[in-house]
Amino acid sequence: MVNLRTKPDRQPYTFPGFGSEKFPNLMLRGAGDLDNWRLAVYEQKHEGYQALKKALQMAPVEVTAEVKASGLRGRGGAGFLTGLKWSFMPKDTDEKKFTRYVVCNADEGEPGTFKDRAIMEYNPHQLIEGMIIAGWAMQCQKGFIYVRGEFKWMIDKLDAAIQEAREKGYLGKNILGSGFDFDLDTYRGAGAYVCGEESALLNSLEGRRGEPRSKPPFPAQVGAYGKPTTVNNVETLAAVPPILRMGAAEYSKIGSPNNTGTRIFGISGHVKRPGVYELPMGTTLDFIINEIAGGTLSGRPIKAIQPGGASCPFLTVKDLDCGMDFDQLKARGTMAGSGGVMVMDDSTDMVQVTLRLAKFYAHESCGQCTPCREGTNWMQLILERIVAGEGRMEDLDLLTGITPRIGLKTLCALGDAAAGPVESAVKVFRSEFEHYITHKRSLADGPALVSHFAKH
Amino acid sequence: MNHPLHHEHSDRPLAPGQRLPESARTALSDGAVAEILALADRYPDRLAATLPALYVAQREFGFSSLKAMKEVARVLQIPEAHVFGVATFYTMYLKRPVGKFHIQVCTNLSCSLRGAVKLLEQLCERVGVTPGGEPSADGMWSVEEVECLGSCGTAPCLQVNEDCYEELLTEADLDRILEACRQGDVKAWGEV
Repeated sequence: MVNLRTKPDRQPYTFPGFGSEKFPNLMLRGAGDLDNWRLAVYEQKHEGYQALKKALQMAPVEVTAEVKASGLRGRGGAGFLTGLKWSFMPKDTDEKKFTRYVVCNADEGEPGTFKDRAIMEYNPHQLIEGMIIAGWAMQCQKGFIYVRGEFKWMIDKLDAAIQEAREKGYLGKNILGSGFDFDLDTYRGAGAYVCGEESALLNSLEGRRGEPRSKPPFPAQVGAYGKPTTVNNVETLAAVPPILRMGAAEYSKIGSPNNTGTRIFGISGHVKRPGVYELPMGTTLDFIINEIAGGTLSGRPIKAIQPGGASCPFLTVKDLDCGMDFDQLKARGTMAGSGGVMVMDDSTDMVQVTLRLAKFYAHESCGQCTPCREGTNWMQLILERIVAGEGRMEDLDLLTGITPRIGLKTLCALGDAAAGPVESAVKVFRSEFEHYITHKRSLADGPALVSHFAKH
Repeated sequence: MNHPLHHEHSDRPLAPGQRLPESARTALSDGAVAEILALADRYPDRLAATLPALYVAQREFGFSSLKAMKEVARVLQIPEAHVFGVATFYTMYLKRPVGKFHIQVCTNLSCSLRGAVKLLEQLCERVGVTPGGEPSADGMWSVEEVECLGSCGTAPCLQVNEDCYEELLTEADLDRILEACRQGDVKAWGEV
């Protein structure tokens, strides 16, 4: 039996002016409405499968060129040009025919990130349409949607939506009379953050432990089941139908230089209106936090912000003028990451925040690379010692001595993700750490952020 | 590509010295075997069915016992060591029995900023168990502290068996969920 949710979640998906020319609604059409996922609604209200019909009239290379021209950059966090990534897939020659796969990364495990689920829950057909177009552009035979295991109900919904698309002839043999055969399947993960890394995801998809692979070979050469594969984030694939509908030239007018289009931001933490909001790339942090999310819940000043999920180095209130796109955030020493903005007001104890994040990475390290496996555990132990009131002043230098020994020294980015926030916390909030060590308690007056129960 | 080694079946423990709790059930039902074989056909190779097959076995056995893992290896004809490695890598394959209502509380940053630690403490006090510990004596409850469940905008959140409950800001919200469990309005662990 299909287990579909019967009550909508309580968070907002919209704000005044959303859907206007200034704030186009390309990916959250109908979000919040439980019936919106159905194929009939998508076709009738949201120009559903129009882009696919257009794409099938074009040559595959033209579709890739269109996506490249739109300037779309991967929304998973790396910000790599999607069209360029697609063009890395090998083409058939007279001597060699390839089996190719397109894989959708719907692992969404980054703490503070909850955007992909909004697409899958309310607009699964837009993702499916995007995957079929990607499949056509790269001439793939099959697509897989790898969804994190906790989202069981969402997988049921995706399966139901895929079945609807199959019955309507959008999937299967000879799609819409074009001669193109393509089908989709879902795959349920089982609770491992590292499987959001594309090569770990591919291992998991093959039924193995989710350990990242050594690159090269890159997935475009040897991907899922040993075949050429492209892995794209949910949001990236869902952006493809709007690009084809409106045309690359129109799409690239949205956003900031070199960072085209809209992006879905998930705002959480100490704000009045946490939720999922779609905004043009480059929108300032100040506008997102203070205008859209209504400022801090308590009205107290902001102390720290992680602009793109738990892996990002911290920003402070002086960075509110920063535009939220890949390049501007990088210039501030942090990352656009997954678009999950976590806001902390001045009651937050940054030492406990750092410990909570270090604990997460120590728990989620796959254990394959020594710097990450050992380093994340050491960081957790040192931070636990400080929080327990047994910290020593030299622990701070010890921490900043460990971080460069993890970052960029591992097969995947989990090591960098673990090192970045710790390094920046000790740098930016050093006085708080010193206070904690000297006085054996926090400078901040907020509630506990780490439970006293046994370690993971 | 399937595993290069031949599959072998023995009654030896897969990890010497490791004592996993034993399950009452010792074999998969015919229905579950058929379900797993259907999964093996769904993906490009048999090995790929390891993860979904482990879910099927976990549902039948109540948790992923050693016997459950061995059964998956037997049905899929893949090495037991591979299945053991996979089952112990992923946190959602539970290596110990859980209560009828297995409650997972996210305490990662977005949730803890909005009171998840307090929620976890209240929950443990209500049902009388510790996170990650044994289920309650009546077999009703078990609690686990987990990493991000992807409901940061509606934090704090918790998951009862396979259903997520969000925006649990008050104790009354928590009590309502526990009461729904007691009344049988929430599916029990393993119930489809």
